Amino acid sequence: MSNELVPMKQPTYYEEVERKGYSRRDFLQFVSMMTAFIGLENSAMGQVAKALETQPRLPVIWLHFQECTCCSESFIRSSHPIVADILLDKISLDYTETLMAASGFQAEKCLQDTMTKYKGKYILCVEGSVPMGADGVYCMIGGKTSLQILEEAAENAQAIIAWGSCASNGCVQSAKPNPTKATPIHKLVKGKPVIKVPGCPPIGEVMAGVIVHLLTFGRIPELDKLGRPKAFYSKRVHDTCYRRPFYDAGLYVETFDDENARKGYCLYKVGCKGPSTYNACGVMKWNNGTSFPIQSGHPCIGCSEENYWDNGRLYERGSSFAGFGIEANADTVGKVALGVTAAALAGHAVMTNVRKKKLILGLEEEGKQSEHELKS
Amino acid sequence: MKTKFLHVHRLRRVYVWELPVRYYHWLNALAIIVLIITGFFIANPLAIQSHQEAANQFTMGWVRVAHFIASYIFFFNFLFRIYWGFVGNKYANWNQFIPTSKKFFREMWHVFKIDILMMRGKEHISIGHNAMAGFIYFFTFLAFLVQCLTGFGLYASMSTWWLPKLFAWVPFMFGGDSFIRTVHHWSMWFFILFAVIHVYLVFYHDYVEGRGEISSMGGGWKFIEEEVFQNEEHHTPNEPKNKA
Repeated sequence: MSNELVPMKQPTYYEEVERKGYSRRDFLQFVSMMTAFIGLENSAMGQVAKALETQPRLPVIWLHFQECTCCSESFIRSSHPIVADILLDKISLDYTETLMAASGFQAEKCLQDTMTKYKGKYILCVEGSVPMGADGVYCMIGGKTSLQILEEAAENAQAIIAWGSCASNGCVQSAKPNPTKATPIHKLVKGKPVIKVPGCPPIGEVMAGVIVHLLTFGRIPELDKLGRPKAFYSKRVHDTCYRRPFYDAGLYVETFDDENARKGYCLYKVGCKGPSTYNACGVMKWNNGTSFPIQSGHPCIGCSEENYWDNGRLYERGSSFAGFGIEANADTVGKVALGVTAAALAGHAVMTNVRKKKLILGLEEEGKQSEHELKS
Repeated sequence: MKTKFLHVHRLRRVYVWELPVRYYHWLNALAIIVLIITGFFIANPLAIQSHQEAANQFTMGWVRVAHFIASYIFFFNFLFRIYWGFVGNKYANWNQFIPTSKKFFREMWHVFKIDILMMRGKEHISIGHNAMAGFIYFFTFLAFLVQCLTGFGLYASMSTWWLPKLFAWVPFMFGGDSFIRTVHHWSMWFFILFAVIHVYLVFYHDYVEGRGEISSMGGGWKFIEEEVFQNEEHHTPNEPKNKA
């Protein structure tokens, strides 16, 4: 049989959980955590548990293009072991370059088999951007360009998830001048919704949450106008930041080693992009909820926002346009413009008195005459 | 017996700026001043040293509140002015700002020659806005629009009211809050430069024309020479359309 690599009858998630030796209690902990993460009510726990108990696991194809695999790394460091053990191990069994055992022709066959076997049923996860420059030679796998692989895999996918900033908005490789023409996948896949899970990397729990939502409800989670799941990307890091009271109070770190930094004041003035970044870092945090950049004293760099590498400097409040020749700061340009304007006006004032002397003297004369004629 | 000065002009009072226009002007000026000062503070807050707990302070909070209140005033004032451009007197009409005829451009060129290049020629006699000023105000209206779009676009995600929510598409359209914020900051400098030039030119016109340019935004009156009035020597950027 040619299809042994991809068994037709898929076990359910719960069966896998049991097989791996987790207890019922572990499973329910995982369920309650996921229910909370995807923003459901407590009462929906039953629904999530039932879905994981009865739904056969989703066949998943996980493609890697131009990326650094930090998304996969983040995913396997998700706070609950079941996330890595079951969701990732099991969903990515079908095809994922990084973690699968197969290689070479065997791996390619596996990909082809999954696509034919589960036509219209598999989830396509894409990590990385697609280089469009030079006919796509910058990233080729098995003799095919990224674009060919993506188009082929996307055609019969049930849903498409763009993992991380690379797949969602191009990330660092698409920074100016974007030599490989790195392109986010929503610009290449036509006629299918793409769930964007931006971040460099995205939070592991967020990634797990998106998959659990797909499983539980059989449809994609509610997305915002940019295609990001609302449950995780509708609030700014700033709004959920524990240092926010310092921001409102007007207490800021001036330099990284000053007294204010030791007191844990707001990092706004050292370039924190929290006020313009939509993500769940302040709530979910990273590495089993240990911390997040701001908590460890570093400003948010806005990694889940489009163009974050081109939106000014990391350690300054952005007011400069990159690619403005030199990076011009609004206030510097403004002050120079103000100086030039003042000088021009002063010149104009002098010229007025020279060129319009007759006119001005006439008015003065007229006014003085009237003053003389007045008796008191 | 004193001889009367021969060239003393009889000045005729013209009601140019109606009360709503004057209210608009000063409310706008006040809102812009508050917005610029608080805007600078928000972009780069002062270093405040304090031994008080953060919970007892709200410095940035108050500055932002002031910015938001001023922005609402600015926004509704702007909407009102657009409305008044359709119902106000001929000097407040929208056609004083938007060139719809060749005459408008001819006038602009004339003002440019006389007032900016200081060339010799017939002095330009405007009662309301001169064509050049009107056209530049058109750009200020565009700047108002940019500031409203970017400002409320940034504010939308913090607000629960439907009005700012209407602007939620702006950051989505232009690739995120960060870029919108930068545009908002750069555009502010237009207002500063505009204000400096505007105030200078008001003094300039008052000084060389003697028609009450400065005080016109107080009482609403300008004064033109009787001959100018009789001979219809004055200029307007666009002839007012006859209302049916």
